[in-house]
Amino acid sequence: MDNHLLEVKNLSVDFHTSFGTVHAVRDVSWHLERGETLAILGESGSGKSVSASAILNLIDMPPGEITSGEILFEGRDVLKMSPEERRQLNGCRIGMIFQDPLSHLNPVYSIGFQIAETMKAHGRYKGETRAKTIELLKRVGLPDAETKVDAYPHQFSGGQRQRIMIAMALALKPDILIADEPTTALDVTVQAQILALLEELQQETGMGLLLITHDLGVVAEVADRVVVMNSGEIVETGTAREVYHNPHHPYTKKLIAAIPGEGEMATQLGKTIKPILEISGLSKHYGRFVALDDVSLNVLPGESVAIVGESGSGKSTLAKTVLRLEEATSGKAIFNGQDLVSMDAKDLFKVRRDIQMVFQDPTQSLNPRMSIYDVISEAFVIHRDILEKRHWKARVCELLEQVGLQADHMYRHPHQFSGGQRQRIAIARALALEPKLIVCDEAVSALDVSIQAQVLALLKKLQDELGLSYLFIAHDLPLVRDFAHRVVVMQSGKIVEQGPVEQIFDAPREEYTRNLIAASLSPDPVIQAERRAASKIQQGVTA
Amino acid sequence: MANTHNNEPSVPAGPEARNPYMQTLRMLWNDKLAFFAVVFLIIVLVCALFGPYFLDDLATKQNLRGRNAPPFDFSKDWPFWLGGDALGRPLLTRIMVAAQNTIFVAAGAVFFSMIIGTSLGLIAGYTSKTLSQVIMRLADVIMAFPSLLLAVIVLFMLDSSVFNLVIVLAITRIPVYLRTARAETLEVRERMFVQAAKVMGASTPRIIFRHILPVVFPTLITIATLDFAFVMLAESALSFLGIGIQPPEITWGLMVSQGRPYLTTAWWLSFWPGLAIILTTMSLNLVSNWMRSALDPAQRWRLENVGKKNG
Repeated sequence: MDNHLLEVKNLSVDFHTSFGTVHAVRDVSWHLERGETLAILGESGSGKSVSASAILNLIDMPPGEITSGEILFEGRDVLKMSPEERRQLNGCRIGMIFQDPLSHLNPVYSIGFQIAETMKAHGRYKGETRAKTIELLKRVGLPDAETKVDAYPHQFSGGQRQRIMIAMALALKPDILIADEPTTALDVTVQAQILALLEELQQETGMGLLLITHDLGVVAEVADRVVVMNSGEIVETGTAREVYHNPHHPYTKKLIAAIPGEGEMATQLGKTIKPILEISGLSKHYGRFVALDDVSLNVLPGESVAIVGESGSGKSTLAKTVLRLEEATSGKAIFNGQDLVSMDAKDLFKVRRDIQMVFQDPTQSLNPRMSIYDVISEAFVIHRDILEKRHWKARVCELLEQVGLQADHMYRHPHQFSGGQRQRIAIARALALEPKLIVCDEAVSALDVSIQAQVLALLKKLQDELGLSYLFIAHDLPLVRDFAHRVVVMQSGKIVEQGPVEQIFDAPREEYTRNLIAASLSPDPVIQAERRAASKIQQGVTA
Repeated sequence: MANTHNNEPSVPAGPEARNPYMQTLRMLWNDKLAFFAVVFLIIVLVCALFGPYFLDDLATKQNLRGRNAPPFDFSKDWPFWLGGDALGRPLLTRIMVAAQNTIFVAAGAVFFSMIIGTSLGLIAGYTSKTLSQVIMRLADVIMAFPSLLLAVIVLFMLDSSVFNLVIVLAITRIPVYLRTARAETLEVRERMFVQAAKVMGASTPRIIFRHILPVVFPTLITIATLDFAFVMLAESALSFLGIGIQPPEITWGLMVSQGRPYLTTAWWLSFWPGLAIILTTMSLNLVSNWMRSALDPAQRWRLENVGKKNG
């Protein structure tokens, strides 16, 4: 037999739905060696998670069906094993960590109990599970492991929860660790730590790491080899460097071209223009907790101002306070000569026309029970003076075409569109009011890379055509680099640094900004390797 | 003003261009169970509307030779095909006549409790905290008070008329809708599309009726159909105690309790009106189930696509 640790051969998985059969994965083959990191790269719906689910017997059958192929673990086909044998493999020999650690940890049990459960389920380490658990938690870098072992999942931060998930997956020293988007829900600096931890643990135990991701930066950071998937098929395989520097398949080329953070940076607009929005000394307290602390910034007409920061830095609170979805504790936000913070309901209603918002998750921001026509024309119903009723339909058509959709889409409902299309609809809705300022709260974070690029291009086009200003809230620095004129960096409710985009990226003044930029991963494996070497040297110096 | 909308894009005709009634009918036909449930409910409704006009004499005329007459005796006239009651009145016509009072009481009570409960629940869920507290404590009081006792007190003080019965039953069922509506509203109001509507400047009534109510409504309508059966039985319990509907007026619930002493000898006295209650409730349930799919744009295809698979 050949000596691959894990090999997937000609695997095909179908899902039988009432709309007909969907070929989720078609004739997919790849293999994983001991001590190797293989990344499966693909956008949503590409089938990248399906083959991993098949390994762990996590596909619901029916509607799923494995139509052909075999999965060889140390030369034995797991698909032919009995359910009991497969249960012995799962967790014991093959571990898995998931994207969202909060939803995969049971909230009513302490983390120590949950880690020990894995050991108990496989009858290992009887009598010493607690000691083992503490040892594991220490190994994954959780501070105060002895006391934290009895804490519950909600008492930890996202990064810590992912460490706990890793501890759980490693409890039985598996030969293979499958990581399904392990860092997607985390901040960049935490992402870097988790990836470093995974790599360290791999070197220590010699396990094979199967990494499922959509992020080329993650691939560049940790992967040895890459499998690129598109609509259920493998379009390209090779080492991370090969694939990045010499892609063969048009899909891979498109994917790499869509990566943000490589293009020209925008030049700053002239300072002589009167700002459209002047925020000064804005604060927001929730009880004792200070979410916004003395925030001041300006937005010029036709300018994109990006607000970046990690989760909990107060960037979303800032957006909500400006839009009066939350009441500010103190401060001013002057828009067109009027103070948004203190204005009464009647003035606020008029101002609503000029400031609109595009939300993070278009699935949730569109009412599922309204047709697209109803969604967009609601603007005209609320603000009667925009347009006479007989022109509504024509205007909705116009708006849909402006954001790159078709006019007859107006009779459909939100669930009939893809994520990118839904975000276009949300933008069309915002445009219906003919606003001057649009607040984008993580407007493209939930979208695939290539879709992100399209939506950003759309936003830019609309800015040129209509002279819009954007307050663009994001955690993804490369995105901001391509899009914004000016950047505001926030940390725990305060503005750390603000300036033109070139200054922030090329000559950041504050330590925090520098760390943030350093932690965001470059999609080029060579650059990433250099950066890593440099940071190791630096660590060696400081240690 | 010059016509600025001269070069408007041509508006495509949407699915609304098709006849919406025909579409609804086709969706109903595609769910056979719901279709027959609707047919049965229409029959019940026709009985309720016209039964007393045409059959009142037949239903109240005593025929002592037909006392506790067994069912399925086809040699008799058709009213006796389901048997006769203790005074020899034909059961079939009595059930048809009783449909009016039963449906009126049940539908009235469910309708009023749903309207009041839902409105209060939406208000409690969406507006100020103080108002919410006041409404919720009110609901607690109603729930804490035994509903039968409340009914007894009210109906002793007022006349035991059909209308008063409707009011009493409605009051006791209000908390069910109130609490459900409030709980769902609290969840839905945090959803992004409500925030998006707020950013657009939508008024509070618009957010409540256009955005929150359509999402909450299917749950409430399901509860309402289940409640329909509960109210029918509660009404019969009150009638049994002598404070609900009084003979010679009849309801299905009253017929069930009147047949109780004869259960061992003549089961059909209670069985047929009981069956009527069960079938009505079940039909309502099936229809509400169908409505939930038909009203949800994301689920509607289940009803539209039936039979097209082979095409």
